[in-house]
Amino acid sequence: MSDVHGGNGAHGGGGSFSVDSPQFAVAARHPGRTEKVTVVCFLVSFAAFAAFGGAFWQNASNEWIGGTLGVGLFFLGAGMVAWGKYLMPRGPFEEPRQLMTTTKEEREVLVGDFVTRGRVAIARRSMLAKTMALASGVFGVVALFPLLRSLGPLPKNSFYTTKWRKGSYLTAVDGRRLHTSDVAVGGAVTVFPEDDIGGALSQTMLIHVKRGVNIVTKPGRETWGPDGFLAFSKVCTHAGCPVGLYEEQTEQLLCPCHQSLFDVNRGAIPIFGPAPRPLAQLPLYIDEAGYLRSQAGYDEPIGPGFWERGGTT
Amino acid sequence: MIDSLFAWIDNRFALSRGGRHLLNKIFPDHWSFMIGEIALYSFIVLVATGVFLTLYFIPSAHDVVYNGPYKPLDGQVVSQAFSSTVDLTFSVRAGLLMRQMHHWSANIFVGSICVHLMRVFFTGAFRRPREINWMVGTTLLILAIFNGFLGYSLPDDLISGTGIRIAFSILESLPLVGSYLATFLFGGAFPGNGIIIPRFYVLHVLILPLLIFGLLGAHLGMLVRHKHTQFKGKGAREDNVVGTPLWPAFMAKTTGFLMLITGITALLGALVQINPIWQYGPYVPYKVSYAVQPDWYMGWLDGALRVMPSWEIHFPGHMIPNAFFPAILLPGITFNLIYAWPLLEAMFTGDRAEHHLLDRPRDRPLRTAFGAAVFAFYFVLFGASATDVLAHYLVVSLNYVLTAFRVLCIVVPIVVFPVAYKICKEMQGTPGAGQRKRHNVVVRSADGGYDAVQTAVYPGYELPELEPIPVDEVDLVSAMVDPDPPTEGVYRIPRRYS
Repeated sequence: MSDVHGGNGAHGGGGSFSVDSPQFAVAARHPGRTEKVTVVCFLVSFAAFAAFGGAFWQNASNEWIGGTLGVGLFFLGAGMVAWGKYLMPRGPFEEPRQLMTTTKEEREVLVGDFVTRGRVAIARRSMLAKTMALASGVFGVVALFPLLRSLGPLPKNSFYTTKWRKGSYLTAVDGRRLHTSDVAVGGAVTVFPEDDIGGALSQTMLIHVKRGVNIVTKPGRETWGPDGFLAFSKVCTHAGCPVGLYEEQTEQLLCPCHQSLFDVNRGAIPIFGPAPRPLAQLPLYIDEAGYLRSQAGYDEPIGPGFWERGGTT
Repeated sequence: MIDSLFAWIDNRFALSRGGRHLLNKIFPDHWSFMIGEIALYSFIVLVATGVFLTLYFIPSAHDVVYNGPYKPLDGQVVSQAFSSTVDLTFSVRAGLLMRQMHHWSANIFVGSICVHLMRVFFTGAFRRPREINWMVGTTLLILAIFNGFLGYSLPDDLISGTGIRIAFSILESLPLVGSYLATFLFGGAFPGNGIIIPRFYVLHVLILPLLIFGLLGAHLGMLVRHKHTQFKGKGAREDNVVGTPLWPAFMAKTTGFLMLITGITALLGALVQINPIWQYGPYVPYKVSYAVQPDWYMGWLDGALRVMPSWEIHFPGHMIPNAFFPAILLPGITFNLIYAWPLLEAMFTGDRAEHHLLDRPRDRPLRTAFGAAVFAFYFVLFGASATDVLAHYLVVSLNYVLTAFRVLCIVVPIVVFPVAYKICKEMQGTPGAGQRKRHNVVVRSADGGYDAVQTAVYPGYELPELEPIPVDEVDLVSAMVDPDPPTEGVYRIPRRYS
């Protein structure tokens, strides 16, 4: 019993190992003290779990429920680690490892069996193999169609149009049609067409830049900014976030997601950040009653780019 | 009783034949091998807390009126996904704890996978025969990142909804198929027909976890087949494994480690708030909040989206949108480089031999320097996802911060490479580098000379490096029943072994 046989010398072990070998000793310097500390860990864990039961029963605060659970698990774990690390034979022990590199002969036995059997089976019934391959090949291709195609509709023109039409009233989120007197100079309001309040694609920023001036942001947009009102799509041309922050002093729009900056007076061209294109501008007019309305829908696809979009504007 | 039960089972599976091999399986001792265990165990925490959450979460975009204990939202129209998340947080016993533990452990899961990947990379553990396991691990990282994104998107709050909007734009930016894939997945142009939450849900709780579970099994199966790598040390060779046997020492340590990780996650869930969606409010497409940051593991992508110059490629009738480059091309290159690394390195070095002994990072200065430079690049991108927060905190213009990060992206890796290389080279020539530090005591000898003598690691306690004992050739049980207990009075023989 006191002599444990082992070690064949060839593996650098050096003869047999007796139970007195230092490898079998526990790793702790003071095993008695370590054992006491470990017992304390388990007792703390026990108390914490009991408290967890109580806290859960009483529906106590998150801090109490989670705190007692966490302390219980932590000390349970700490005790187990201490037991395994300090109070068991410290080793090291070794086991042999087989290298993964195989010989050509070893491989040929397996491959030979596999290939020969398969070749014989297929060669004897080649018509079967061909028709089976045809059937499964076609299945593999056609199975993809229902999987992909039935998931959702084709994009069609959904990336090109919004709900803005000729004569749409600029409507606030509470459903109120906006009158020129509703937006003070320097003010900015999110507006929608009446039939798409809150719409993700038709959301538009109405900005009152100044009073009494028709603002022309670009040649060809001579009538788009009556009485200092400008309207731009709120969907960022970079990654589609709402361009929600209007800086009144610099007259710039900022996208809070990736910090693209757009110059309102120059047709919301991007002046800083990753946005590659200006925000689409909505042509406005003011009707006889003083309500803000759109001359037409957007003249370009709003928001981020996509493969079929083409064009440079 | 237990004997006869085991006999009943064993007579049906013959476990006793060869079972001792399993008990003797050797686990090398090194702290860096614990990092993978953190990933494994936080996955267990994720599954356990996640199952709890599925009992209460309703994956639906339908509008409901929130009525509940959180008064600021009372009476507001929100999606059922948002409402049920707030409900399970405030009205379900331990609901907040489970949600916060789930979110924390997701962050720990992806984080530990990343650090584990670095460990494997810098020590060369990916070399033959482990190349395929490296690729499986890389796939696990991608799946973990994806599933994390899907998970934090589910509550349909203001921040995660903005994230889904960005995801749509990224999908849309794919050449040729982008707009089709986007409308197929979302059921129409953004925001789609409300199907995205249920779809993300089934991906998050069923499909991706199954894939992770299967690949994790393959990852560990290959690990058992190859056995562990180990650092050079006394008795450690290419054809053996030196360390602690599975039963009982490693089992005690690793189970304890599982408890420690779960306990720490529980303490985080109890004491440190994470993702308070009730403060963000429900997702409304035209609203956005300031300082929108994703979870940390998406940070490098968000940073890349920010620092990318405003370029697009236009040609007649078609275009490649800006988001394609930082959000699809960059991750594509990143992960393909990671996948191919074992093969690339073997090609460059010509070293195609089987390796089970690990490299010290300093002994492979080129690999270490390259890895450090690449990781530094991603750290800079990660930092760039906080441009707005940094500009606010440092009280400087946002434009300066962004320009600085555009420069740093290029400069930092170029600086890190030679510095890391030089450090490796210096460490190679330093005696005792990487060893535990010891005090040198200067001793005056009898004839008046002075000598520097290294002290023990602990006073009076020298742990010499011992020869490993072949575990298959010894009777561990009789060895553990110490016939000659240490003289310290309180120490008893652990009777349960006798």
